[in-house]
Amino acid sequence: MSTLIAAVLVFATLFMIGGIIKKAIQFSKTPAPLKIPVTPAPKSTGGVVLRMAKEVVLFSALFRASKWTWLFGWLFHVSLALAFIRHLRYIIDPEGIFGFMMPVISLWIVQLAGQYAAFGMLIGLGGLLARRFLVARVRYISAPSDYLMLILIMAIAFSGFLMSFVPGFSVDIVQVKLFMLGILSFNLQDLPEGTVLVAHLVLVAILGLVLPISKLLHIPGVFFAPTRNQVDNPREKRHIADWAKPLDKTRENYPELVASREPKAEEA
Amino acid sequence: MADYEVPEVKEYAVVPMPKDDVTNHLRPFVAKPEFQEAMGYAGKKVHDDPKEMPEYVLVDGWKEKALDKMGDLLGRYRSLQVFMDSCVKCGACTDKCHYFLGTGDAKNMPVARQDLLRSVYRRYFTFAGKYFPKLVGAKDLTEEVVDDWYSYFHQCSECRRCAVFCPYGIDTAEVTMAAREILAHIGRGQKYANEIIGKVFTIGNNLGLPEKALKNVLEGLEEDVEYDIEVEVKFPLDEKGKDILLVTPSADFFAEPHIDGLIGYAKVFHQTNTSWTLSSIASEAGNFGLFIGSYENMQRISMRVREAALQLGVKRIVYGECGHAWRVGYSFLNTLAGPFDFLDQNYPIPQHICEFTLDKLEKGELTIDKSRNDDKTVTFHDSCNVARGSGMGTEPGGQFTIPRAVIKAVCNNYVDMEKDTIHDATFCCGGGGGLLTDDLMEIRVKGILPRATALINAKEESGVTHMAAICAICKSQFTKVLPYYGFTMDQIVSVHQLVSDAIVLEGQVDPED
Repeated sequence: MSTLIAAVLVFATLFMIGGIIKKAIQFSKTPAPLKIPVTPAPKSTGGVVLRMAKEVVLFSALFRASKWTWLFGWLFHVSLALAFIRHLRYIIDPEGIFGFMMPVISLWIVQLAGQYAAFGMLIGLGGLLARRFLVARVRYISAPSDYLMLILIMAIAFSGFLMSFVPGFSVDIVQVKLFMLGILSFNLQDLPEGTVLVAHLVLVAILGLVLPISKLLHIPGVFFAPTRNQVDNPREKRHIADWAKPLDKTRENYPELVASREPKAEEA
Repeated sequence: MADYEVPEVKEYAVVPMPKDDVTNHLRPFVAKPEFQEAMGYAGKKVHDDPKEMPEYVLVDGWKEKALDKMGDLLGRYRSLQVFMDSCVKCGACTDKCHYFLGTGDAKNMPVARQDLLRSVYRRYFTFAGKYFPKLVGAKDLTEEVVDDWYSYFHQCSECRRCAVFCPYGIDTAEVTMAAREILAHIGRGQKYANEIIGKVFTIGNNLGLPEKALKNVLEGLEEDVEYDIEVEVKFPLDEKGKDILLVTPSADFFAEPHIDGLIGYAKVFHQTNTSWTLSSIASEAGNFGLFIGSYENMQRISMRVREAALQLGVKRIVYGECGHAWRVGYSFLNTLAGPFDFLDQNYPIPQHICEFTLDKLEKGELTIDKSRNDDKTVTFHDSCNVARGSGMGTEPGGQFTIPRAVIKAVCNNYVDMEKDTIHDATFCCGGGGGLLTDDLMEIRVKGILPRATALINAKEESGVTHMAAICAICKSQFTKVLPYYGFTMDQIVSVHQLVSDAIVLEGQVDPED
């Protein structure tokens, strides 16, 4: 059983990382032939970094668009980030290269925040799911996968909540850490007993597998939108894509332009 | 006025419940195959009986051609690839589109509009869509889907309002442009946009106004102005060795209130002793290549501006009042037709007429009598392409402050419309993006609803009498469609019409009232 779970986790992790990198490479290699920032846009790279940070950290466009969606969406994402940070303790070897992070991660406040993040995730996801059912416009645009994705992450959060808060479901987290470190050091250790733990890990693996083939690609996507990440300086700086360069050479040959250069009949 | 069902105006814009197939019957006329082919597209006719309505069908092998084109565009436009993958269906955009607010048709919600293309993208280009189509909402490409594309991608004015609110910056305009490009390659080009582009190539402007006619119009204008105020204001055409080439929408040559704006530019040039000229080969600022999402056609049209500047030997290029032209001019001209190393580098290339005029106003080179506009309380409509696709001046947001500064310098009474309907949250006039055609009147009448609501509120709360704009399409749309909402055509003004009305030229003799 431990071996199987380990294999699934390893495969899902590699698939997820590989998939995101593949997409990021595809996004970055695809040219953006025209300057299309949604204006007003920053005039400098520093300004663009600030604009992107406001979007990625604060979801500022969404805040302008819909306060409810922002509230639930932001709550969920922040809680997810806190839970993720809490979980780093399972995969960081205090003696290893990332060991220096341990003092921060094991801080009481960081761990507590990550624990209570389960509530934030469940409330946030619950709100987003309710919206899909209750708001006719959002219901119209939702596919089955949109509901399932929310339910999947809710199940992950809920199983985590059970292990963390309900005594009957608690697991031997020291052994979990040994199991995870065992995977990372190619020295497989036993996974402690616990149906909820197995479910938690399998669901996380499923999420990892779904991520690169689904709308969860918004994770790399948010960084690549030319509408947000371009500097607004088209008059100052010529911007030209590789595929458009050959057009530069042929553009003098349009027949109507050539004709316009010839002296007009009545003048001649 | 032809009869259209005008949506009910409420005190505030009300978000409708989404309904199916309210406006799927609204679609533009299809471009004739000969026009299509001249632009590098395809078209096919089923019969050639002149007594019958011409009927154009999808070209042979349309499905493969459409998917090939989609693949090609995905590889050439990062925007399209990223936007196809990133949407999480959060719904932030669903109540932001003026066409949805005006029609209630579910497919006019920006995300639903994108999904018309995205569902096909998923089906043919993604793992999940290939193997689990139902689960992820992927769809086969059928003729029915193409019909939906043709309807709903012509009920988008590419105004980018949805992109302002999208957490991932997804811009439906980019999706619409890609869809129109695909449609054009399988025989569903739009008649209005494509035949206009044909006119630009053969004649020089969107209206098909030949050089001689243009010369006559300009001479007539000189006579009119001289008759009105007894000052000889020139409207030069194709004069070599001048400082400035003015590139302006051809509507400025004859449509109301556009032409009053043109008179305004000429008076500003006259009073500041600026040497300038128009060009017959670049007698059009507009660039419908943008609307159909065609880089190649947009470049070919833009090259006329470069050519005119070179032939006439000017030092600077100034653009007249035209929204999408300014997006192409500001954001793309340098890319498409640059580098402009032969022009005077001390000025922005190109420069907007509002930037030019404000500079002259600030330097005190214009004699202005603001009281001449005291009969008006003016508000300003931010045109979508200027507001969200371009800039002015050196600071972000100059496209909002500079035109307003010009208006406030020539008018005593100015008020803004409601905050969520101006600046980058401005609502499209309802006729942008290649929709300014009679065959799409119904969608234009409905799409104007949010702007009309804000204007009615400004009229009732602040006594606004006139709405100024710096876009030829906005002005045409407003003068034609706002009468359905109780306004008169002369309540729509050009910004430079206000300048024209307030400026006092040396030796000017005003007509007796």
